[in-house]
Amino acid sequence: MRIYADNAATTRMSEEAIETMVKVARETFGNPSSLYEIGQAAKDVLENARETVAECFNCSPREIYFTSGGSEADNQAIISAARIGEKAGKKHIVSTTIEHHAVLHTLKKLEKEGFKITLVGVNSKGTVNPEDIKAAITDETALVSVMFVNNEIGTIEPIAEIGEICREKGVLFHTDAVQAAGQIKIDVKSQNIDMMSVSAHKFHGPKGVGALYVRRGIPLTNIIEGGAQERGKRGGTENVPGIAAMAVALKTECEKIPAKTEKLVNARDKIISGLKKIPYSSLNGELEKRSPGNINFCFEGIEGESLLLLLDDKGICASSGSACTSGSLDPSHVLLAIGRPHEVAHGSLRLSIGEDITENEIDYIIKSVEQVVSYLRGMSPFWHDLETGKRKHIFKEIEE
Amino acid sequence: MALYSEKVMDHFRNPRNVGSMENADGIGEVGNPVCGDIMKIYLKIENDIITDVKFETFGCGSAIASSSMATEMIKGKKISEALSVTNKAVTQALDGLPAHKIHCSVLAEEAIKSAIKDYYDKNGIEYDKSQFPDCESCGACHLH
Repeated sequence: MRIYADNAATTRMSEEAIETMVKVARETFGNPSSLYEIGQAAKDVLENARETVAECFNCSPREIYFTSGGSEADNQAIISAARIGEKAGKKHIVSTTIEHHAVLHTLKKLEKEGFKITLVGVNSKGTVNPEDIKAAITDETALVSVMFVNNEIGTIEPIAEIGEICREKGVLFHTDAVQAAGQIKIDVKSQNIDMMSVSAHKFHGPKGVGALYVRRGIPLTNIIEGGAQERGKRGGTENVPGIAAMAVALKTECEKIPAKTEKLVNARDKIISGLKKIPYSSLNGELEKRSPGNINFCFEGIEGESLLLLLDDKGICASSGSACTSGSLDPSHVLLAIGRPHEVAHGSLRLSIGEDITENEIDYIIKSVEQVVSYLRGMSPFWHDLETGKRKHIFKEIEE
Repeated sequence: MALYSEKVMDHFRNPRNVGSMENADGIGEVGNPVCGDIMKIYLKIENDIITDVKFETFGCGSAIASSSMATEMIKGKKISEALSVTNKAVTQALDGLPAHKIHCSVLAEEAIKSAIKDYYDKNGIEYDKSQFPDCESCGACHLH
């Protein structure tokens, strides 16, 4: 059995996205900037894709810029807002402690340039309190950037409320919606979003393609200089096959949201209640306002990378916030931000399931995780210290 | 290419000498849960020979594999031979480790030394203290 449960890392491309990509590459190979018909045919594909993406988010096609992915879109949105702010003497940015590194590292770069960065914390469930954002905004604030859905623990943030606060305060609002697009209904108008980043490979589209929504009237700063592509805001010949495939994938996933959400939530909650039965385990992140396919647990006494390797042997593809899997010495900044101590943050497991998951697979996942956790605990001196009382347990034996 | 060599995966999947030991003659424990790895090695020593060895490890795949390999390398050996097992030797025996996993083999070397030191201390045997670097030498803990 092979179960792909790492959809937050990337998704399998849909057949229609693959077909679209191949078809466009084969039949519409022209450069959209060329004036002859072959070029203009590619331009049509590009602009149709822009319309489709815009429809999915309830914005105008003029407000969609294609990028190489979510990271580039995050970089461009934040840098652009910083440059706008700078001109008005505003050099302060508000964000959160649980953002993706594409956001955090861009903010670090701006900090070195003299920007003041306030990272608002989250509660123990990973939720940002809009009031905390409000309190962090000053007269100097150029931008608020808060992710829509956290990539590790799946928490859905109160985007519309935060957007409303930003509108009232006259501050630009960006959201990294990489984990939300195609999973949760997004309406940039009703949700008060000024800028938004998405990535195609998270919703069954191709890798290396993304989009940045920017509300009309907000001037962008180029990250990539070049030709007049994307209204001069992003140089480089457009990835036409990839962009066309992204649009097709996004449209399908957005249309499927009502139907697939219930299915995913049912499967997710079954896995969550199954894993909760493992003693001294704890769910990371909010249960109610949670991405439909996200499951994230910490298990006392074990380390995440060995857990992943053994699950891989059982055919389950998953992910962990353990330091060992990241190549750094510290475990996930998100798990630390929700208050998990280092020793349990190392023992985390993220499963991000797809809607095609079967009842058998759900049972198999629960059984496999139980087996692997208990096997690893059996050889763990840390676990033995917890059992004998030499070290204190952090979690309850069974969490409610 | 896989993350780890076949040898690492073999020792990770089928760890040798795993478990605890009653009445061990020497026990060494290094690492800490904050860093994400702890290794504990138990030794049975008769006439200067390591007649039996067991280990318990909390840590990643390479930490478990390094402990398993290290126990194989010292089983049946003289104490002096066990003391000369370096992290490099453990790494080589495993057909290499990724650069950011080398500290796992360092922990294995230190766990062996720590267990031997414990044996010496328990039995009032004199030893050269410079042969026993402390756990901090892996260079990871102070970064937290």
